Amino acid sequence: MDLDPLLLSRIQFAFVISFHAIFPVFTIGLASYIAVLEGLAFRTQNPQWVRLSAFWTKVFAVVFGMGVVSGIVMSFQFGTNWSNFAQASANFLGPMLSYEVLTAFFLEAAFLGVLLFGRDKVPAGVHLFAAIMVATGTLISTFWILSANSWMQTPAGVEFRDGAFHVISWFDAIFNPSFPYRFMHMVLASFLTGSFVVAGVSAWYLLHRREVDSNRKALSMCLWLILIIAPLQAVVGDFHGLNTLEHQPMKVAAMEGNWETESGVPLLLFAWPDRETQSNIMEIGIPHMASLILTHEWDGVVPGLKEVSPEEQPVVPVVFWSFRVMVALGLLMIFFGISGLVLRIRRKVYTSRWFLQSMRAMSITPFLAVLAGWFVTETGRSPWLVYGMMTQAEGVTPSLTGGMALFSLIGYIVVYALVFTAGVYYLFRVLQAGLEDDGTDEPDEQSERPMRPFSAAHVKFEYEPYPGIGDDMDSDPTRKGGN
Amino acid sequence: MQTFDLALIWAVIIGFGIIMYVLMDGFDLGLGILFPFAPDEEARDVMMNSVAPVWDGNETWLVLGGAGLLAAFPLVYSIFLPALYIGVFLLLAGLIFRGVAFEFRFKANTSRYLWNWAFAGGSMIASFAQGAVVGAYIQGFNTEGLVYVGGAFDWLTPFTVLTGFGLMAGYALLGSTWLILKSEGYIQDWAYKIAMPLLFVVLVVFAVVSFWTPFVDDLVRDRWFSTIQVIWILPALAMFCAYRIYRSLKMRREGMPFVATMGLFIFSYLGLIVSRWPYVVPPNFTLWDAASAPESQLFLLLGLLFVIPIILVYTAWTYWVFRGKVRADAGYH
Repeated sequence: MDLDPLLLSRIQFAFVISFHAIFPVFTIGLASYIAVLEGLAFRTQNPQWVRLSAFWTKVFAVVFGMGVVSGIVMSFQFGTNWSNFAQASANFLGPMLSYEVLTAFFLEAAFLGVLLFGRDKVPAGVHLFAAIMVATGTLISTFWILSANSWMQTPAGVEFRDGAFHVISWFDAIFNPSFPYRFMHMVLASFLTGSFVVAGVSAWYLLHRREVDSNRKALSMCLWLILIIAPLQAVVGDFHGLNTLEHQPMKVAAMEGNWETESGVPLLLFAWPDRETQSNIMEIGIPHMASLILTHEWDGVVPGLKEVSPEEQPVVPVVFWSFRVMVALGLLMIFFGISGLVLRIRRKVYTSRWFLQSMRAMSITPFLAVLAGWFVTETGRSPWLVYGMMTQAEGVTPSLTGGMALFSLIGYIVVYALVFTAGVYYLFRVLQAGLEDDGTDEPDEQSERPMRPFSAAHVKFEYEPYPGIGDDMDSDPTRKGGN
Repeated sequence: MQTFDLALIWAVIIGFGIIMYVLMDGFDLGLGILFPFAPDEEARDVMMNSVAPVWDGNETWLVLGGAGLLAAFPLVYSIFLPALYIGVFLLLAGLIFRGVAFEFRFKANTSRYLWNWAFAGGSMIASFAQGAVVGAYIQGFNTEGLVYVGGAFDWLTPFTVLTGFGLMAGYALLGSTWLILKSEGYIQDWAYKIAMPLLFVVLVVFAVVSFWTPFVDDLVRDRWFSTIQVIWILPALAMFCAYRIYRSLKMRREGMPFVATMGLFIFSYLGLIVSRWPYVVPPNFTLWDAASAPESQLFLLLGLLFVIPIILVYTAWTYWVFRGKVRADAGYH
């Protein structure tokens, strides 16, 4: 058997970064949501905002902690598996990644502790300020990391000499052509993720009639946000696509499953792109639609994959299908945003069981959509690592053997499976405990040493049924959350 | 035009970051190594509580070091990491396990023993891997052009196994002297009891490495035996620190064993640096060869000069807040 270190490295990177991405994409959105809740609590003095904020801050702490742990691996991946790429691009990517790390540490050192543990210890205004700074900090981290990624998609501001990229304009390199679109697209995706998770969890609580007033507030806020952001995301995504068409036409060709450069290209709903025959085995599409979307003209010319040799084409089926998954989920999100509005007008939004059940199920979809989107943009860049300048084969570590890569790939899968099963399981325990758990009945030794993210949550690891939490609590009036 | 030697400034910063990491994560890794041998569960609670507020801050230096190396000395990054591929994986896996174990052990009841093992195992593997990195650095790397061309296990030699176990012993010594400082009663007695044999093991490894290192290549031998005699003060100071550890353990002093152990680490570290200076990827590349472009080093330096003082102040503040003895019952009700 022949193990290809390049392929295995790609799989490993995809696995590790996909696993890691799940956490920040949620915390970025959630941090802003918490800042808004803190702002509302500060202005209205309504204790319900405080309770919501306190609860979601606990969730934030656990997810942030998992993001930090899984992020440790990321900062070494470039060197272990992509050493030629690291060596060549360090002049630009080194400072970008370091600034990302510095931002995260600065944030943690200065404000995270105040947000997590300072509620009763600092003035309310300071606590609000800390919440705003944490939210800002996550956005600044996003800024650096997406600038680095966008530069790999649409490199600018550098010249290649003596075997390495040298920065000739920091501004051009940081604000490279695809960066503004990718940044907007990703920030909105994070907001959508935060909204759908909070909405889904709130819907679940409402189905069980827990803390009804507070959770109605939370669900309502999220539904307004989804109503606005989900369609907005489609518009931003369209602009992002047009930008990609300009700079990375082969990625768009793969997204559309379009092999020939021609006019009046149909929008394919289903197709089976086949790289062997350089064509689609069966396809169902809407005539002229792709031309219309991409060029805003009925007979616009759309580039096809055959413009380049098969070796320079991306992995078409992955790009094609990931793109459809992302778009389908996006449309589903818009649908639920509008459904929420309709039900709100009919005054059924908090009681409609199918809607609440659906929202609960929808909370997983932003994660899938984000991962699908990243699969589009990353596999759509292949075979390039730095688009048009360095291929993946040129960037991979020369001394890496298939056996080594397989060893570490399996190793990371095992480590992540064990560790993050525990982490996600614990997160569910926190959600299960809900807003009712304010940490006062069951303090553990952590409450004396509250310096780390996880210690913001007091929930025990093992399952211990909380009194009154289950499906049959209708008989218990004290659990109805202050109606 | 260039008034500062940026590469040199960066070498000092990274060098400072590494010793900060070794000293600070060293004692909490050391407690992890000692974990299975602790007299009872209450002692384990004390051990963990004594580092709980600070350990993740300690590890920030490692992540910062990784990113900083890529930015300032990409050649170090792109040769060390491929050469130590398997070791780096073990290091990261170990750190992840112990990090998560730290968080969940506090929240676990029946599953606590699992997290104990994860904490101890992760700490041991991570410490061994770090020690092996030190050994691999002394050995040097097989390179061609700017690329590592050796095999997957070139780094794993009797020498690096020795440095791996040596650093484990060193970290355990740091951990035990830290525990002397932070505990009392039978737990402190236990820490006194184990510190002495650990010191002995550390000194044996120290001696072997010291005799071995000068014969790695001519440059190192010349460094120690011909040119600059003044550097002999470093091993002398290291020996003095070892003596201070021995004396203060005998006299059951509380603070001095830890301080002197840190001294032992610092002077050994400086001795290692002067052996190889200015080579950062021995035997072929100096720190100037390995440096990234000056404009890139400068670009990051500006941000770093702003953030490092804040991290230092925050770190100092954390240690100050949690000064004093730790009790097992802190927080129990």
